[in-house]
Parts: sequence; C-alpha cells; structure tokens
Amino acid sequence: MVPNQNSVCFRNMHLDASTRHTLDAYRSLGGYVQWEKILRERPDPADIIEEIKLSALRGRGGAGFPTGLKWSFMPRTVPGQKYIVCNSDEGEPGTCKDRDILRYNPHQLIEGMAIAGYCIGATVGYNYIRGEFYEPIQRCEEAIREAYAAGLLGKDIQGSGVDFDLFNHLGAGAYICGEETALLESIEGKKGQPRFKPPFPAQVGLYGRPTTINNTESLASIPVILEKGGKWFLEQGRPNNGGPKLFSVTGHVARPDNFEVPLGTPFRALLELAGGMKDGRRLKAVIPGGSSVPVVPGDVMMDVDMDYDSIAKAGSMLGSGAVIVIAEGTCMVKVLHNLSHFYMHESCGQCTPCREGTGWLERVLRRILDGKGRPGDLDLLDSVAGRIGGRTICALGDAAAMPVQSFLKHYRHEFEHLIEHGQSMAA
Amino acid sequence: MSFRNAPLAVIHDRDKSTLFTAEIREQIDVWIAKYPAEWKQSAVMPALTIVQDANGGWLTPELMNDVAAYLDMPEVSVYEVATFYGMYDLEPQGRHKVCVCNSVSCLLLGSAELIEHVEHKYDVRLGETTADGRFTFKEVECLGACRHAPAVLVDKTYHENLSPQALDKLIDELE
Repeated sequence: MVPNQNSVCFRNMHLDASTRHTLDAYRSLGGYVQWEKILRERPDPADIIEEIKLSALRGRGGAGFPTGLKWSFMPRTVPGQKYIVCNSDEGEPGTCKDRDILRYNPHQLIEGMAIAGYCIGATVGYNYIRGEFYEPIQRCEEAIREAYAAGLLGKDIQGSGVDFDLFNHLGAGAYICGEETALLESIEGKKGQPRFKPPFPAQVGLYGRPTTINNTESLASIPVILEKGGKWFLEQGRPNNGGPKLFSVTGHVARPDNFEVPLGTPFRALLELAGGMKDGRRLKAVIPGGSSVPVVPGDVMMDVDMDYDSIAKAGSMLGSGAVIVIAEGTCMVKVLHNLSHFYMHESCGQCTPCREGTGWLERVLRRILDGKGRPGDLDLLDSVAGRIGGRTICALGDAAAMPVQSFLKHYRHEFEHLIEHGQSMAA
Repeated sequence: MSFRNAPLAVIHDRDKSTLFTAEIREQIDVWIAKYPAEWKQSAVMPALTIVQDANGGWLTPELMNDVAAYLDMPEVSVYEVATFYGMYDLEPQGRHKVCVCNSVSCLLLGSAELIEHVEHKYDVRLGETTADGRFTFKEVECLGACRHAPAVLVDKTYHENLSPQALDKLIDELE
C-alpha cells in the first residue's frame, strides 16, 4: 500500500499490518513529536485551541459540533480536577471506523487525548470503549502500557511538570452510552441514562467535574492538525468542513470499506471507491450518516457532496459518516422495521415518548410487514414519530423518529402497497 | 457536588477477603485503581464482566450481591446495571455464545438468512440454548463491523463476511 500524504487517522495504514499499531511504528511517522514539543515548550493552550478552531474540525461522532469551540467552553484555569473523555462506544448502525482507529492506530488517539487534556486543563483521561470490542481493547491497553513505559504518560512527564494519566473504560452493550452524558453516567457505575442539560459537561461532567467528551476520530485527528497546521487541515476539506473524514461505506456496494477522503468529495466518487454497486444492481437509496439520519433517494444522492453542509441541504445529515447504500429490489418497509427495532431495543426507558413511542413504531411496522397492516397505520406512524421528536432528554428519540418520517416521505407507496395487498412490492 | 453525582457508598458487613477468588479480586482491583478512591462503583461494569466470565457466562443474584459488597455499593444499584446492559446474562447460558448482528448493514447482506439457517439446522430460537448446551443463540445490535457484514460474535471473537456454510463451520468447531 502506498502512503497517502493527505491521510490523517489512517496515515499508518501502509505500514506492516502486524506491527503498525505499535509505538515504534507510530514514532516512525512522527508520532508523539507534537506531544513532546508541548511538554518542552509549554505553549499557551489558548493558542492550540485557536489552531483547532482554524482547522474547522467538526465532531466526528455524529453531531458535527466544532471541536475547538467545544474545548474553549472548558473552565481551564478554574482549580480542581477536570477530565477528557474519549467516546469509543461506536454503535451507530453502519459505523465501523473508530474500531479501526482503536486497533490499527491507538497511539495517535493517545497522543490526541494527551494534547486535548493539556488544552482543557485535564490531567486524567478515560477512553470509553464498547465492551464487544475485545481486540481493540487489547490493542489500546497495550498501547497505554507502551506509552507509560516510554515516559509519555504519567506524572511530571519528561520533567515538564505536566501530568496526564490515561485509562480505558469498558462498556457492556448499550448504544445509548454513545450519548455523552449517558456515557458519563456509565463511567460512574450507573445505568446509561442521559442527563438533562444544562448543566453541560463542561460545567458538571464526570464525577461532577468539568469534562470534555470527544469522538475517537476527532481526537485522533489532533496530532496531525498540530503537525501540519490548522490551515492545511481546513484546506483538505471545505470552508466550515475541515479535513478528510472517515466514511464507512456499507450495504449493497461491491467493496464495502472505510475510506478516508476529503470532506466535500462527491458521493458519486465515494461510491466508485467502494467498487460501485454490488452485482451491478441499481442504486435505490442512501442513508448517508448512520441509521439515525433521514434516508435520501439514490438519484438525489448522486449529485450530493459528502460534507456537513451539502448533506444538510439535501435534507439529511453527515452524522458519523456511515454511508449505507441500498439497491433496487430492497423492501424499504423491511429496512425501516429493522431500524425501528433497533431504537426500541436501545431506548433507555427514561423518557415516556421514546420508551413507549419506539415500541409503537416497531409493532405497527411489524404488522404491516406481516401483511396485517390497517388503513390508518401510516398516519399512526407519522403521528407517533411526530410525538417523539423534540420531546425527549436526548437525541435518541429524534433518531428513532427521523427515519420513519423520511421513509414515509420518499417510499410511502411501498408501505401503502403492503397494507393494501399484504405483500411487499420488492418481493 | 450535586446529589446526583454523589457516589452511593454503603459499607456491607462482609469480609471482602472471602468474596470471589484471590485472582478475581486482583483483576477487579486493577479496575478500581483507575478511578478516584471514593468512586469504587465505577468498577462495577468490569467487575460484573469478570465475575460473569468466571461463572460460565452468567450472573446469579448471589454474585451480584458479592459485587455490591466488594465495591461498597447498594445491591439494587448493581442489579440496575446488570439488567440495563446487554452483555450481562442473568440466566444459565450454553458453553458458548453465538451472537448474530442483525442491524441494518448486516441485514442488507444476509443476517436474517443466517439467523433462519441456524434456527433450523440447530433447532434453536433466538435467545435459547441448544439442547446439548453447546451454545446460546442471540441476536445483537450493531457490532461495528459493518464493512465486513454480516458479522457474528462467537464468545470474544468477531467473525465477518459470513455465509451460512461458514457459520456452520464455526459452530461445528465449538465444543
């Protein structure tokens, strides 16, 4: 594999697969140079935060919130313990990028977390990894051990007076813990139920202390932004949409994979990278940012560019960068039922509209799929979805509602056909 | 610190050196050391995982009570965690756990067919254990292995790009 000079989180992917995750391999690419420079020169954290703002790095977990701005909310100079937390609870259906950062490039994440800790005044970091990620957990544990042994983490690191301790924390199978305040509850040893905001984590976070939570890919991008400059990163993408981004292209494509390409890359080009459609089938629909975002018809998607603002204009969201490609011949009722089953299963049960509403959505879709749909069912789905969205503590409610509303908008005839004839149009 | 964030420390009248085995206590202690001293309860999830692994893959009420005692937590707080997270099992399990991902990317590439195949061939429904106790068959939500769908987690190992025949081979190799 040829090294790609413009890659960020996957910049080590051309190295020997058996050793590319090690400290030596990471060092060979300039790894930890930025962290050691910070330890030596002790720059003003505000200057680093400005550089991150300039880069227009936006949160890679799904919300797309500017990372530099998020860091600037931290009361850095207020005394007392503060925390940096990495959200490696990857579980949005269609998303499989953070797993590859964790197992193939863990040191870059560690360096990113250490730099983030320095910038926000946090001397302790936790990396929350989902419990099913056995191999990534081992890699991250090993990488942290290597970093301590090499004097890159700990107390008074390299005589700099800077402290930074880093620990992995394991989840145990709950999608909701990817919501940042649920994740904090989970680290505190509780059920992962999201907290009401405000107060925001930057004021009252982990253990009641100021905390910043960032996604794995966001944090792993930091060392490269400092090495090459915020301006360089910005110019890799588009204004307000800096950098390359990892896209997990899955579903009915010839070669599903993760691709790190500049934000603003046309969807058409991304589809080509994935080898085009599987078995020469025709494109029907795309869910462009993970299962929670509205579906976009294929012909519309073919003219959309893959950045936060362009996808928003097309009526959907870039989300986590999980591009789910659906071919003609697929029953959209079946796909939507699958999504609704997921949200019913993963609702934490705290807010009534979500706890009850996700169950209603799943059961009504189940009966339509079973050929027992009733004439008023589509209005019922619309009504239930409309009563969940915007009425819950966290965004899981919206995530459950948006697919229903968009599938009904674009593929209503398939639902009507199934209710009327008792069998799928795709069958 | 607000009430909500206060740790729920409760001291149980139990001698901690009698709980679990020395090896398990040592493993849990590694986790306790990662968190602030007053936040032992942060180790509850890894502790439950360690205890479950050592008990053939499931948790009994007695084991959950022992975890509560070891971490100075109210017992009910441990039950809350054990019943909330999907990776804890509160009933006896087969010797292995075969977990098929059935979220959208896997569905598009045949996970429903995998499930149907296993149900017929091994006469086991989702959530059940085979008559010979060899494996418990589960449906799980997105494993984050979508680029190599369909994916199946067998105990602690991911297997990807699976056809029904490839899954058969994996299952047949289980003891």
